[in-house]
Amino acid sequence: MSGYSVNKTISEINERIQKGKAVVLNAEEMVKVVREQGKVKAAQEVDVVTTGTFSPMCSSGILFNIGQEPPVMKVSELYLNNVPAYSGFAAVDAYLGATEPATDDPLNKVYPGRFSYGGGHVIEDLLRGKRVHISAKAYGTDCYPRRTLEKDVFLSDLPDAWLLNPRNCYQNYNCAVNMSSRTIYTYMGPLKPNCRNANFATAGQLSPLLNDPYFRTIGLGTRIFLGGAVGWVIGAGTQHNPRPQRNDRGVPTVGAGTLMLKGPLKKMSPRYVRGVSITGYGCSLSVGVGIPIPILNEEIAWFAGVSDEDIDMPIKDYGYDYPNGLPRILGHATLAQLKSGKIKVGDMSTVSVPITSYTMSLEIADTLKSWIQDGSFTISTPQEPIEST
Amino acid sequence: MSTDVMKGYRKIVYLSFPPETSSRPIVCNLARLFDLSFNILKAKIHPRHDGSMVLEISGLEENFHKGVNYLKESGLQVESVARKIFRDEDSCVHCGMCTALCPTKALELDLVTRKVQFDPERCSACGMCRRICPVNAMTVDIEENGLHV
Repeated sequence: MSGYSVNKTISEINERIQKGKAVVLNAEEMVKVVREQGKVKAAQEVDVVTTGTFSPMCSSGILFNIGQEPPVMKVSELYLNNVPAYSGFAAVDAYLGATEPATDDPLNKVYPGRFSYGGGHVIEDLLRGKRVHISAKAYGTDCYPRRTLEKDVFLSDLPDAWLLNPRNCYQNYNCAVNMSSRTIYTYMGPLKPNCRNANFATAGQLSPLLNDPYFRTIGLGTRIFLGGAVGWVIGAGTQHNPRPQRNDRGVPTVGAGTLMLKGPLKKMSPRYVRGVSITGYGCSLSVGVGIPIPILNEEIAWFAGVSDEDIDMPIKDYGYDYPNGLPRILGHATLAQLKSGKIKVGDMSTVSVPITSYTMSLEIADTLKSWIQDGSFTISTPQEPIEST
Repeated sequence: MSTDVMKGYRKIVYLSFPPETSSRPIVCNLARLFDLSFNILKAKIHPRHDGSMVLEISGLEENFHKGVNYLKESGLQVESVARKIFRDEDSCVHCGMCTALCPTKALELDLVTRKVQFDPERCSACGMCRRICPVNAMTVDIEENGLHV
């Protein structure tokens, strides 16, 4: 016996989805249902909760193949619009990382650097149907004699292109402040001196991994919304922390779980995959991810009912502590406080600034909801769990 | 001067000074001759002796127009800052990062819709948003040293 008073299976839920009878809510709507009707009733009524997030996710990139132009080639150096890609694979396979700057980028030599073009921008250009210049070099072998290759390609010319992200969807994250006396430019955005702003990056109650804090439903093989297409979770991401500190509701109070994701680039939309330039830090890619949570029992319903008030974010100093690897946490702020525009850091009142788009996150959760409602997207059964206790 | 009068009319303007005007006292006459108060948000004299200034002017609307005419007659080019700054609405993702540095709250997050509201009338054309917008959605169409900033 499971010990739950509601017991549903993924195949039952999929049957309802295919009949157009499934009850699907976005994670914001689920907050109210659990609060007003309780978790058991919510689990009986609701089949799937959709989550969403749209934020810079630096650990992202594309794995692709450029095709052979005989005489054939085993590429050893590859550039896309002058942005280096890693090509230490077979023949004409390569990986382009989101944060890779163009070779002639001035970086931070004129501080703070603009980082106007990099890997993330190449990915967006490909999705926008723009022409991208490929420049490749090789040392030449008996079987792969070609030494150089210069050509312009469109995304449709690439035989294969996958968005393949080693670490996305961080489950909770730091809220960044700057206790030093000068403005600093971080991957969390600009931070004014003396703690005059606090930047936070999460979709909160909409965020995928905050709605399934123990990975009860999300695992290897979970079908998801990725960049506007159907993609998959392919396991835990790098730096995945399975045993974080948690609050009473099970929500991690520090950066915790992460996901590795994969999806077909050619089916994605540039609306949900955007190259970004983070002043003083570098290039990156904003990725839209939406994960469905099948409500199999009342415990999963309870977790998916998480609200902004239940999420505690650790406040960290990026002026000195973070760059020096010091673990000090200045305190916690709930996401509800952060979203109000003002938080307390110690005795100080500080302006809080989001860097994750809530409106885009909601749009993604709602798009996934509509896919499930019209029967075109069903819930997959994970093949391997992701460790989390 | 009462504060009510000060609130009567308020506008942020961008002034361009040709080289022959940048050494003359002109802006101070807005106060002396037209009973306007002004706040200098930004001022610069370039190597070729031309200059630029961003001014927040407040006072009676009638006086404001007289004052602006005086500036124009003195050889200055006067433009509304609101017409010099643009947001690419298709590009903006409403993340909110620009609100961290916007000094005049021309860019402000609406706490209900969670969208970034842009009010060009409050903008002082400092250019910080342009510098930090991750998707390059902001354009500030102001020339400095013959270059677009």
